[in-house]
Amino acid sequence: MSGLVVRDLQVAYGAVAAIRGVSFEVTPGELVTIIGANGAGKSSLLRALSGLIPVAGGSAMWNELSIFGYKPENLVRAGIVHVAEGKSVIPELTVEENLDLGGIWQKKSAGVDAIKAEVLQLFPRLGERLGQRADTLSGGERQMLAIGRALICKPKLLLLDEPSLGLAPLVIEEIFSAIARLRTSLGLTVLLVEQNALSALAIADRGIIFNLGEVVASGKASELLADPVLRASYLGY
Amino acid sequence: MLHIWGIEMKTILETLLIGVSSGSIYSLMALALVLVWRSTRVVNFAQAGQAIISTYIGYESMKHLHSYWYSVLVAIVAGAILGAAVEAFVMRPLAKRVRGSAAADIAPVIATLGILGLIRGVAGLIWGNTFVQYTSPLSGKGYTFGSTTIQFSPQNAAIVIGAALVMAAFAIIFNFTKLGLALRASSFQPEISRLAGIRVDRIRVIGWACAGAAGAVAGALVTPTAYLSPNSLDLLLVSGFVAAVIGGLDSLVGAGIGGVVLGIGFAFILQYIGASVTFLAAFIILIFVLLVKPAGIMGKSGGRSA
Amino acid sequence: MHKRISSLARLGIFAAIGLVLIALSGFVDELRVYQGAEVAVYVVAIASITLLTGYSGQLSLGHGAIMAIGAYAATLAFNGWHIPWMAALAVGALAGAVAGYILGFAAARLSGPYLAGTTLALAVGIPSLANQFHVLGGEQGLTFDIGDVPTWASHSWLAKIGHGDFTTYKWFYWITVPIALATIWVVRNILTGPIGRRFKAMRSNPTAASLIGIRVSSTKVAAFTYSSSLAGLAGAMLAMILGLSAPLVFTLTLSFTLVTGAVLSGVSNLYGGIIGAMVLVAIPELSASVATHLGGSEKVTANLPGVVTSLLLILTVLILPNGARVRRSK
Ligand SMILES: Nc1ncnc2c1ncn2[C@@H]1O[C@H](COP(=O)(O)OP(=O)(O)O)[C@@H](O)[C@H]1O
Ligand SMILES: [Mg+2]
Repeated sequence: MSGLVVRDLQVAYGAVAAIRGVSFEVTPGELVTIIGANGAGKSSLLRALSGLIPVAGGSAMWNELSIFGYKPENLVRAGIVHVAEGKSVIPELTVEENLDLGGIWQKKSAGVDAIKAEVLQLFPRLGERLGQRADTLSGGERQMLAIGRALICKPKLLLLDEPSLGLAPLVIEEIFSAIARLRTSLGLTVLLVEQNALSALAIADRGIIFNLGEVVASGKASELLADPVLRASYLGY
Repeated sequence: MLHIWGIEMKTILETLLIGVSSGSIYSLMALALVLVWRSTRVVNFAQAGQAIISTYIGYESMKHLHSYWYSVLVAIVAGAILGAAVEAFVMRPLAKRVRGSAAADIAPVIATLGILGLIRGVAGLIWGNTFVQYTSPLSGKGYTFGSTTIQFSPQNAAIVIGAALVMAAFAIIFNFTKLGLALRASSFQPEISRLAGIRVDRIRVIGWACAGAAGAVAGALVTPTAYLSPNSLDLLLVSGFVAAVIGGLDSLVGAGIGGVVLGIGFAFILQYIGASVTFLAAFIILIFVLLVKPAGIMGKSGGRSA
Repeated sequence: MHKRISSLARLGIFAAIGLVLIALSGFVDELRVYQGAEVAVYVVAIASITLLTGYSGQLSLGHGAIMAIGAYAATLAFNGWHIPWMAALAVGALAGAVAGYILGFAAARLSGPYLAGTTLALAVGIPSLANQFHVLGGEQGLTFDIGDVPTWASHSWLAKIGHGDFTTYKWFYWITVPIALATIWVVRNILTGPIGRRFKAMRSNPTAASLIGIRVSSTKVAAFTYSSSLAGLAGAMLAMILGLSAPLVFTLTLSFTLVTGAVLSGVSNLYGGIIGAMVLVAIPELSASVATHLGGSEKVTANLPGVVTSLLLILTVLILPNGARVRRSK
């Protein structure tokens, strides 16, 4: 089965289990969101999938190939790109350098310049600030920069960790609509991790609800939104 | 002869020039330490040892190449390879082992000390502990103006120019090339760099290689003004460290300035007080800088650029 | 769980060990006796590093310089005031403590690499001072001659055990071995007491330590002071058995050797220091005999010890980066 297939995944920090046997899949072109409170294990899941931390058990396949045991940079080069939690940009570098970082290992013929132009069209505010250091950007602009850099890496599977974290509602809306547009225009498969259930489920095809390292519910985004029990206990509205 | 407040102008100028020349060497050494610090957050006490081996290799190659300048190139290549090897075969495995443990800070420092000792011993085994002379075609005699000869020789000039060229080369690499971008990104945020597809481990090896090359230039340029022995560059390590700290340990420009400032300071202490207090002076300068301005002269917040 | 031995009982055990060790000096040749004294000096020096690095987590590359301070202070006091050698050794320890107290204030504000580099500069800077001040005797240094063996020692019943003359070397051994044992006993008591607990708390988690009311900076100063007094004492002992204090004794290599010894003994293992000290003394001799077998050029004899020690250091750090701490904290 192509796409992302995760089976019985386990992650532990020393004796503490953060993910206790999680299984799910994301079919090609789908946008799936994982919803969960703080400490549910969402970041640990993405960090395991992108090779940043070792796993304690289980498997994960991307287009029928196992992705465990590879260095993060090699997974990025294979199209699995992770935008880490908390506006993952390099503050000491300029906006343009942050963007270019995703392209310097690619061949000139790979069309990096064209993607960069597209990113700047998608996030015009970055284009106005190319020469500025990234630490002078607002939170929303940093998140755009982080996503922009990920796009320049030419992802096939995009792993997004709480892009809404600490942002104002209007900015969240701007970023989420950009994500929604992107995945159709670029044909991306997206795994979006969020605490902001409402915004995430609004653009997702399907949702998976995490609690204490386990899947407690999953289904079509529209169905999850409509389920009164889930709304009360996990979605928080 | 021109005198100001009873101090001879010629002596002051001479001292200044000598200071700039030895300071250039300190700058190169400091540059090497900063490059390693930036790539792996380790102060590489083996740097002096790596420079010694590189210089000896330059010295050996000169017997076959019959050209000092080509032999300097050989030394540079040897220094780069050695630096890369130390990172790839000792420091990286060690960093993996101690990650997150209480020894994470101390173990790498101790390892570099071990490498320094090993290198000095191996150099002694191969070349003996006697002084050998590695000569440059440039004269070691001071320039003469009319009837006065100053203590600044063509070899001193070569040191200053060589150091300036190396600094300029690194400035260009760091600020205007893809490699430089990768080097800076990896040193600031290794994890984010990995997630952007940068092969951080390789970039670190390159950082160590660059450092090794800079140290080799220092060794190969300074040795013709003195002698070569397995520990003839040890003091350079201390000076380089002081210079790097003055400059802020994270800043390449700071390393350059720190070295020259220290060189001039040492030259005046040597001229007016005596050789034996220079390192105590270095210690006092170091304490002073660390306590008063821990981030170094170039280390204002937000000043961590290359 | 093993039963805890009281510190007084341990003192008794140590005294017995000391008597046995001293009695043994009658059965081995002069070279071995001298090496025994060297081991005793290294035990004290390594204990000074263990106290600092193993328990308070600070790395000093400048303890060779502190040893130099202790050595010169003891020598000057002995020659100038004509005090007994025992008092001179105490002066060495005191001078080390004062130097450590001052250095500790700077060290308390420096972390990791900065402290290592600063103490490195000290290691180079202090010994070269000897050339600046006439009273320090320049490159030749100062002689430290404690004179002939006192008759109470050479005619004692202990001296009658075994055979051979009662040489000065034997006398050095008699002096240094009890000091080394006493050092271990004292340091052990320090470390198991309230101060040691503070050191450990500070090392494992400075933030938590400060939260439970440990003043981290004054604890660091204390660690440096205790450690340096031992280094000063070791320096004075070294000067005594060598018969001189000279810059050439207190080189950068000495500072590095001490760190090596401490690492080989597992940094935070006090008793391991004895093994570390024996290794430091044994390596030059073992490699010298290997060198002779290999044809014995001067190059090999001079450099093999350094190569072997450094290799051991690198391998120890690679294989056991956490030293004996892993075993200690069960
Ligand atoms: N580096 C770490 N070391 C130890 N425990 C960790 C670490 N990172 C996360 N955890 C623990 O793992 C669990 C899951 O954390 P995380 O994946 O960050 O959750 P989320 O992203 O959903 O907030 C939490 O209990 C957290 O405390
Ligand atoms: Mg998280």
